[in-house]
Amino acid sequence: MDFPSTQFVPSRMMGTYEPIHQIGMWGENFKSIGNPSISASVIVEVDNKLENESETASHEMPAPSCKHDQEASKPFDKIQRRLAQNREAARKSRLRKKAYVQQLESSRLKLIQLEKELEQAREQQGLYIGGGLEAGHLGFSGVVNPGIAAFEMEYKHWMQVQNRQLGELRTALNAQISDIELRIVVENGMSHYFELFRMKSTVAKADVFYVMSGTWKTSAERFFSWIGGFRPSELLKVLVAQLDPLTDQQIFEVCNLKQSCQQAEDALSQGMEKLQETVSATLAAGQLGQGTYFPQVAMAMEKLEALVCFVNQADHLRQETLQQMSHILTTRQAARGLLALGEYIQRLQDLSTLWATHPREPA
Amino acid sequence: MDKVTRLASENGLVLFSKSSCCLCYAVKILFQEIGVTPTVHELDQDAEGREMERALMRLGCSAPVPAVFIGGKLVGSTNEVMSLHLSGGLIPLLRPYHSMC
Repeated sequence: MDFPSTQFVPSRMMGTYEPIHQIGMWGENFKSIGNPSISASVIVEVDNKLENESETASHEMPAPSCKHDQEASKPFDKIQRRLAQNREAARKSRLRKKAYVQQLESSRLKLIQLEKELEQAREQQGLYIGGGLEAGHLGFSGVVNPGIAAFEMEYKHWMQVQNRQLGELRTALNAQISDIELRIVVENGMSHYFELFRMKSTVAKADVFYVMSGTWKTSAERFFSWIGGFRPSELLKVLVAQLDPLTDQQIFEVCNLKQSCQQAEDALSQGMEKLQETVSATLAAGQLGQGTYFPQVAMAMEKLEALVCFVNQADHLRQETLQQMSHILTTRQAARGLLALGEYIQRLQDLSTLWATHPREPA
Repeated sequence: MDKVTRLASENGLVLFSKSSCCLCYAVKILFQEIGVTPTVHELDQDAEGREMERALMRLGCSAPVPAVFIGGKLVGSTNEVMSLHLSGGLIPLLRPYHSMC
């Protein structure tokens, strides 16, 4: 089902707000499901939300026009920044709630549909579909984890903020702003990455395989994926190439960081291999082909729990790498580094798009 | 628990682990890469393993294993060891207790 919020968000940001149009869109979507009693109650809830949001939208209007007063109103800027952060947090919360409700609705409908199909299949073929195979045959992937839905919403928003921050970095580096102000921009950039790691930690608890597969990322990003994200050593490689000139002291510290990062990465990689071997051995234990396998699967499940730890450790390593780099670099270098990293990821995403749309000879 | 504190102080670098734990394996590999050899105590092969696990949790470890002690003092689990290593603090801490390869 197409979720209308992606059309919803940009119009809010531009301040052109059409509540009636939005309600219409919501109504249309629910009508197409054909369950008017549910859609009525959800539309009422959405109405209330839209009313609340129109209040905040009117408060947002003055903010963009105050840019020309920048020099005389630095405290005003700081307050505006805080207000903006609060609004973002509130907006994120609303998006999460929307996603959750949406998922509940679609899951419920999918379940009804599947039950119908199952009834029909049983009647027609008179087959007994055994317990373990049922889920696989009927594809329970239709019932999506609400944790994943929430994460995907938040990630879409995260990318929007990321792109905005990259623009701010570009502007800040070209303008004559003070080191203190540049530091704030850098800190925002760093916090934004740390926010992503927190989001990933939450969704990893809901479904670690989702994080491992990198489904929310573009295909080229997934190509470079290592335990659910970018390789810290890759990150360093991309950054360092952009950061000349470095002092001798900085070169020494970066070298050490590269080495310890590589060692930690190798340790986690080998730990992951060990985990694969362990799960595989557990799963293959006993005789294959006899049809009774639940004990082995249950034991393998237990072993697999460790995967969550590995994903968390990998993200921790990514965070520490960024943190250490920011200690080694000057504010200006850190800003350039963040911009370089952000643009590198954008290039990967463009590569994915180009690849997907590139005409290819039929097989 | 006395046994844990005693074992922790017996050597410069002590690792409490479980032979089935893959994260512990990763920490062992890390020490190998740095060129140090920890004294490893596998809790799943120790009769008092459960007691020791509880003792480690009481000392403040979020997970009983892996638990790393340097010079008898608790450094922490994988998180702390990785942070320490990346900040350049792990090797200096180990220096008085081991000769580097």
